[in-house]
Amino acid sequence: MLEHLWFPHDISTFGPSVDWLFEVIFWITVLTWIAVTVTMIVFLIRYRTRPGRKAEYIEGDTRLEVIWTTVTAVIMVVLALMSRSTWADIKEHGPPGDVFYAVAAKQFNWEITYPGPDGKLGTKDDVTVENDFHVPVNKVVRIDLTSKDVIHSFFVPSMRLKQDAVPGRTIKVWFDATEIGTYEIPCAELCGFGHSGMKGSLTVESEADYEKFLKDKYAAGQQ
Amino acid sequence: MSSTAAVAIRGVHAEHHELGFWRTYVFSTDHKMIGRQFLFLGLFMMAIGGMMAMFMRWELAFPETAVPGFHWVPEPFMYDGAIPPNTYNAMFTMHATIMIFFVIMPILVGCFGNFLIPLMLGARDMAFPKLNMLSFWVGFVAGIIMIASFFVPGGAAASGWTSYVPLSAVPVYTGVDWGQNLWCISLIVLGASSLMGAINYITTTINMRTRGMTFFRMPLVIWSLFITAILLLLALPVLTTALALLLFDRMAGTHFFLPPGGGEPLLWQHLFWFFGHPEVYIMILPAMGITSDVVATFSRKPIFGYRAMAYAICAIAFLSWIVWGHHMFQSGMDPALGTSFMLTTMVIAVPSAIKTFNWLGTLYKGDIHYTAAMLNALAFISMFVIGGLSGIYMACTPVDMYIHDTYFIVAHIHYVLFGGSLFGVFAAVTYWYPKMFGRMMNETLGKIHFWITFVAFNCTFFPMHILGMGGHMRRIYNPMQYDFLKPLQPLQIFISISAFVLGSAQFLFLANIIWSYLRGKKADDNPWRANTLEWSAPSPPPHGNWPGAVPAVYRGPYEYSSPESREDYLPQWELPEHAQAAAD
Repeated sequence: MLEHLWFPHDISTFGPSVDWLFEVIFWITVLTWIAVTVTMIVFLIRYRTRPGRKAEYIEGDTRLEVIWTTVTAVIMVVLALMSRSTWADIKEHGPPGDVFYAVAAKQFNWEITYPGPDGKLGTKDDVTVENDFHVPVNKVVRIDLTSKDVIHSFFVPSMRLKQDAVPGRTIKVWFDATEIGTYEIPCAELCGFGHSGMKGSLTVESEADYEKFLKDKYAAGQQ
Repeated sequence: MSSTAAVAIRGVHAEHHELGFWRTYVFSTDHKMIGRQFLFLGLFMMAIGGMMAMFMRWELAFPETAVPGFHWVPEPFMYDGAIPPNTYNAMFTMHATIMIFFVIMPILVGCFGNFLIPLMLGARDMAFPKLNMLSFWVGFVAGIIMIASFFVPGGAAASGWTSYVPLSAVPVYTGVDWGQNLWCISLIVLGASSLMGAINYITTTINMRTRGMTFFRMPLVIWSLFITAILLLLALPVLTTALALLLFDRMAGTHFFLPPGGGEPLLWQHLFWFFGHPEVYIMILPAMGITSDVVATFSRKPIFGYRAMAYAICAIAFLSWIVWGHHMFQSGMDPALGTSFMLTTMVIAVPSAIKTFNWLGTLYKGDIHYTAAMLNALAFISMFVIGGLSGIYMACTPVDMYIHDTYFIVAHIHYVLFGGSLFGVFAAVTYWYPKMFGRMMNETLGKIHFWITFVAFNCTFFPMHILGMGGHMRRIYNPMQYDFLKPLQPLQIFISISAFVLGSAQFLFLANIIWSYLRGKKADDNPWRANTLEWSAPSPPPHGNWPGAVPAVYRGPYEYSSPESREDYLPQWELPEHAQAAAD
């Protein structure tokens, strides 16, 4: 049980920088919380009412106001600037892709389109399967993500990756999985009565296994 | 007081006494009665919204098993007591809708805005009493429409309180037809009610302050309600517009939000959150004001940094207009835009921090009295700190990518809205009960309710942060459908048991309200020895609020333990000593 009280194990290249930012914020917030709570408890005990006690008439302190306003503002702005580049790497630009797929969400499945033997999406030999997403390990995967009906959200907890799939738009998503294994792709945006249970399976496999998988799929597709 | 004025006022006053039952208790134009009506509406709806939460917690802890004692509920709402997915979706949709629009807003803004603004500013009523009455009754109708939506074929709205399109825009996507239409209509009607209230609050605050009541002598609760009313006035028309467009898409065949006809789903999200983020502050600012007043009174000290507190309220209100995109980081909105929204969102932490530090400063060297109202106000501060700090995680765009739409968000909103707003409600009801009903609430029962609620609240909502870190999505009906969530199930069970305790404890609060109304100790005019103007009126205040002339104001609202006074308080309405001497 205890090992489940933190993040799931990460298998993406950008996951560690997301987790690192989480941990930076974790320590900032935990230390702030301890400071505020301890101060509050000390005040609550020390200044509790007793017979003959009178409160001190203090209206405020401009110097203190300036200090805590400035310190908070600086921490917050620095945090925003620190987060900027990670965000840009994941969502704005990324490395050039090695393998390409189209993923279309629909109530309540993920449709995965493989480019077929010609290696190009949008041609006749494309093969589409439901929920069974295979990718090679250590390759930059690029996905054209869209939806056929309502908004869904493509979520791979093991990669910290989440992107809404929006009808009428094609959104570019990339990742680079570093460990062989099978992972779940739940839908993270409420999409109707079948939302719970809408999940795909992501199989990260070796180059050889992946080639074999493709060959079988393409053979099946041509029949 | 000049005797002619007194006679004239008593004359007016006597006329009011002749009002019959209907004009006094039902179609009343008296701001205090309207305030009480909003309170009862809110408490009634809280019972319904709370019950939805209990059903959801059962489903999450013991998925797809029958809820004990509910075998009688007809299909398709339940199947022999078991909750089907669509009913579950309707429950979380209606839980949030009811709690936000029909509990927190009516109580914090409707009840306390109405009750306190004239009394604390020294006005005999609101600027537009009839509009005020209309505001309540229009809100009441909205409540009836919302409750009626449970009973139409297809059941109540099931697309979340955010009603993201296209899910909410096309009936076949959810299987809900009139339930969603009524949801839209009810909120449009409620929007009209809130607008009437907002116009009243703003006009009354600007124009009807008594002699000497300058803006910077207003209690912080009035500052917060005044700024909240401005937010309401500017934010609600945006929601109303969005709802009207959604209703057209559903019923008139338009395509504002539907891509096949050239519509844009993200437009809904922009409109919704442009309203929705100010809405978040509409729900928390009044509770911040309430906390400031209660903490100052029971620390017997001036609020630390009064002006900084008032400016912080204004800063939060201003910034609340430029942060809405932080709800949409993963929505497909341009990621570069996400970066700018991250920056503004980080900045809004600053005024919140100012408020927290000033509350701590108020406790410093105080003479702290632990009444039930004070305990609830202190809980507000400590829970708001957690809710505020957890907000930083989702402000950070890369971290939000992971925790967006997970239980981390559910934990955050409940720390702000239950830990914040609802503890504010408990504090406010306990603190102003003597003025509202002329009797004291039972302190012992109040403290028992507080401690059970405080502990059970944290046991319920804190573990949700951990669920969220495990990647646990929100709004799913059965976590056991996912292998990666199965190890977290014991935590779900613990949360549900805590939630049942939390829900049951609220009966103590209701019981205390009813018992104290019938048997509570009679309250004198100023039972807390407080400074603000409402305590100069009789408990409960008569029609017109003061039997004699409206008192004038000579100083700020927080002159506790002032060196000018032998007592540890110096009311706003008390004549300064030199003037007293001159009068003698």
